[in-house]
Amino acid sequence: MLDCTPKEIKERTGGMINPAKTCQPIGAMYAALGIHRCLPHSHGSQGCCSYHRMHLTRHFREPVMATTSSFTEGASVFGGGANLKAAIKNVFAIYNPDVMAIHTTCLSETIGDDIPTIIKSAEIPGGKLVIHANTPSYQGSHITGFSNMTKGMVSYLAEVTADIKKEQVNIIPGFVNPGDMREIKRITQIMGIKYNMFPDTSGVLDSPMTGQFVIYPDGGARVEEIRDAGNSKLTLALGAYASADAAFLLERKCRVPARVLNTPIGIKATDEFLNNLRQNFAAEVPRRLEEERGQLVDVMTDTHYHFHGKKVAIFGDPDIVTGLTEFVLSLGMEPVYVLTGTPGGTIGGPRGNFEKEVGGMLAGSGIQGRVKAAGDLFELHQWIKNGPVDLLIGNTYGKYIARAEDIPFVRVGFPILDRSAQTYLPVVGYRGAMRLLEMVSGALLDRADRDAADEDFELVM
Amino acid sequence: MKDVMDMEAARIDDPALPGRKDSIFTKGKQKQQLKCDTDSIAGCVSQRACVYCGARVVLNPVTDAIHLVHGPIGCASYTWDIRGSLSSGSDLYRNSFSTDLKENDIIFGGEKKLARAIDELVQKYRSKLVFVYSTCIVGVIGDDLEAVCKAAANKHGIEVIPVQSSGFAGNKAAGYRAACDALLRVIDPGGGGIIKKGNSVNYLGDFNIAGEAWIIRNYLKRIGIDVNVVFTGDSTSVDLKSAPGAALNIIQCAGSMIYLAQKMEQIYQIPYLNISFLGLEDTAGSLRKIASYFNADAVISRAEDLIAGATAAVKPQIEWYREKFSGKKAAVYVGGGFKAISLVKQFREIGIDVVLIGTQTGREEEYKAINDLVDDGTVVLDDANPSELEKFMLEKGAHLLVGGVKERPLAYKLGMAFIDHNHNRKHPLSGFEGALNFAGEVYSTLCSPVWKYI
Repeated sequence: MLDCTPKEIKERTGGMINPAKTCQPIGAMYAALGIHRCLPHSHGSQGCCSYHRMHLTRHFREPVMATTSSFTEGASVFGGGANLKAAIKNVFAIYNPDVMAIHTTCLSETIGDDIPTIIKSAEIPGGKLVIHANTPSYQGSHITGFSNMTKGMVSYLAEVTADIKKEQVNIIPGFVNPGDMREIKRITQIMGIKYNMFPDTSGVLDSPMTGQFVIYPDGGARVEEIRDAGNSKLTLALGAYASADAAFLLERKCRVPARVLNTPIGIKATDEFLNNLRQNFAAEVPRRLEEERGQLVDVMTDTHYHFHGKKVAIFGDPDIVTGLTEFVLSLGMEPVYVLTGTPGGTIGGPRGNFEKEVGGMLAGSGIQGRVKAAGDLFELHQWIKNGPVDLLIGNTYGKYIARAEDIPFVRVGFPILDRSAQTYLPVVGYRGAMRLLEMVSGALLDRADRDAADEDFELVM
Repeated sequence: MKDVMDMEAARIDDPALPGRKDSIFTKGKQKQQLKCDTDSIAGCVSQRACVYCGARVVLNPVTDAIHLVHGPIGCASYTWDIRGSLSSGSDLYRNSFSTDLKENDIIFGGEKKLARAIDELVQKYRSKLVFVYSTCIVGVIGDDLEAVCKAAANKHGIEVIPVQSSGFAGNKAAGYRAACDALLRVIDPGGGGIIKKGNSVNYLGDFNIAGEAWIIRNYLKRIGIDVNVVFTGDSTSVDLKSAPGAALNIIQCAGSMIYLAQKMEQIYQIPYLNISFLGLEDTAGSLRKIASYFNADAVISRAEDLIAGATAAVKPQIEWYREKFSGKKAAVYVGGGFKAISLVKQFREIGIDVVLIGTQTGREEEYKAINDLVDDGTVVLDDANPSELEKFMLEKGAHLLVGGVKERPLAYKLGMAFIDHNHNRKHPLSGFEGALNFAGEVYSTLCSPVWKYI
């Protein structure tokens, strides 16, 4: 048996067992890949870069290019300045990106390398850009790292070049798949509103097969678009944890008003996203989107009896988990355990108060449940052992719990290492909600079929 | 857009950094020694990993140990159950344990948290062996791992072994060494005696991926030789203790284990043989080598019987594949030099030429062996980056790449077949049946209909 988790819950203070998060730099690397012709650079030991590339490659099944400062013993004693300067020179000489996006690691942060000063004294070819984000691995999580690199884009690139704000919206999509970013863009296009999305990994990490390998696929936010973000009349930050900090920085730096919304997972959050577009741009929601919404509601009503009262455990990244919780509540399910590994509302962690917000959603629906930030999957497993659920929703790591407790399992989030195609398909928007609904009902009904006695086995469900 | 494409094309013609020129050569073109076993150049897309990675992959298959990573969360997250080492018993090694160091721990030190973590884990899992891996930051903040581990060992009456694997202190090979040092501590009988066993070997450098060590254990059993301890596939804290009693050490993955073998020869007077169970030729040769070491007629004749029977069983099917593969060319980019050498031979057995070969951590003598083995015109390179791999694979017209996780999508993007000969392999590739599996895997990727749609 793979199950090594004891049922009895004891207080722990010595770290994590089976984590529900990973470290900042990988989030920064993912965000940086959302800039067109950008090469992420890891300022630390070569293992960090290698692990991040490997992990992203396993999730996206795409080549992930990034360089490393290749720290040695010397660098960690005398500082990594020389390594970084050499790296900057080599990166432009050989890989020729338009942008090099440096993120730090626990090692370079602890040594205290001053990245802006090193960048200033480095040789950077004309027309090329170097940006950076501090991403100490001992704070927050990969979501914090994504947020910090997105902030870095604003602080290095966004600027005000026009006196009057343009009729366009900045969209910061958060740590979601390229398929989600595509869907958010599609919806905004249908609304007829001009947008700048950054970071935007669509076209980079879901690029089509051409028989050729290119270091910089066609996708990604253009530098001009991120610059022009300073001229937009509104920023919509989708997901407080991954996107809000960059939006607020843009507000301070370029006076672009920021609105922080939930990641548009499920009907309510998608409505809110569209309402914000509609109200701020005096746009009507076109029939096509109304139709998509209507179809979703139709399927929800057709199938609501499958979902009602089912107990669910949800884990993963805070913005995604918040959206999923709201969506399953709208289906009449009971999310009794909701957990994220990312610290929420703690000092040194990202913004927000995960436990209060999600706890409020549960309370609003009259559900008694456990909500935890900075938790781990060992703890979630113990909760489930002490009070079973009908469904588990989370990333690939949930499969150990699902197997041990024999619970139907729906894979959503990052990373998904054992299934494919999900990075191309959205969970956001009305279409994404319909996809989620199909996954959830499929999992529940497959289980019902599997467990049914012959006399209860039904053709029509 | 055209300009951009042209610029990229121009660069791909010469993807090598000036400092990389000594790490690439083409056989027959120049007589020079390959530069290897050095640090990667800063600013490279290196495929290499770190000291911690090396130590972790070697020790992780010890199934009933608590593998506690002392550092921020990432190092534990990325190594959580990623290697398909199979266990016949405990599954504890498939969990992820981290001290999850935070800012305060960095400032005030992580020793207390580490001690608490060990206490809590030992209490929960009742394991007799804890490996505590040091990560980059531990080396910098100066936690005294040795002292914390010693105190915890005394407190709980178990073994708590520090693994000195701070990431920056070298490359993956340094991590292998750190792991071997940790293993030497585990197998040290202290004041206790060593029970010597006659026809028995320790099998070093097999991590029981997809059950490979079990295949070899079975072969050796059939010829009358007992596999005492496998380092480290499917091993346990108790098994490891009996290692000093073996008559011989045989080494599959020399890159990770030669140091341990040398040390065991010094300390316990156990001689060692380099062997390889990849491919028909090497498997048969290795069985003969081991049998003749023990120099007993019965063992030798049983080995010959086994080789004859097993070869006859798979040969016709391998011949069938060989015909299908006519004219195909392969590129090999793997972790260690040892595996690379075996793969060249194994590809020959199935009728495929190796036109490019490289490793992350190959050593000088391994590159010499590779050079002697390959055909003229074959490109040999150390610590390659993706652009180099791409350039030479295209130039040499490779149809198939053998590599690890990061190389897979590169091959696919180029419309090229791919074999994972690393952590992600799903079928055992060792021994006679492994040779057949290998041919089958090559066939299923090389001859898949999907390539027609590109």
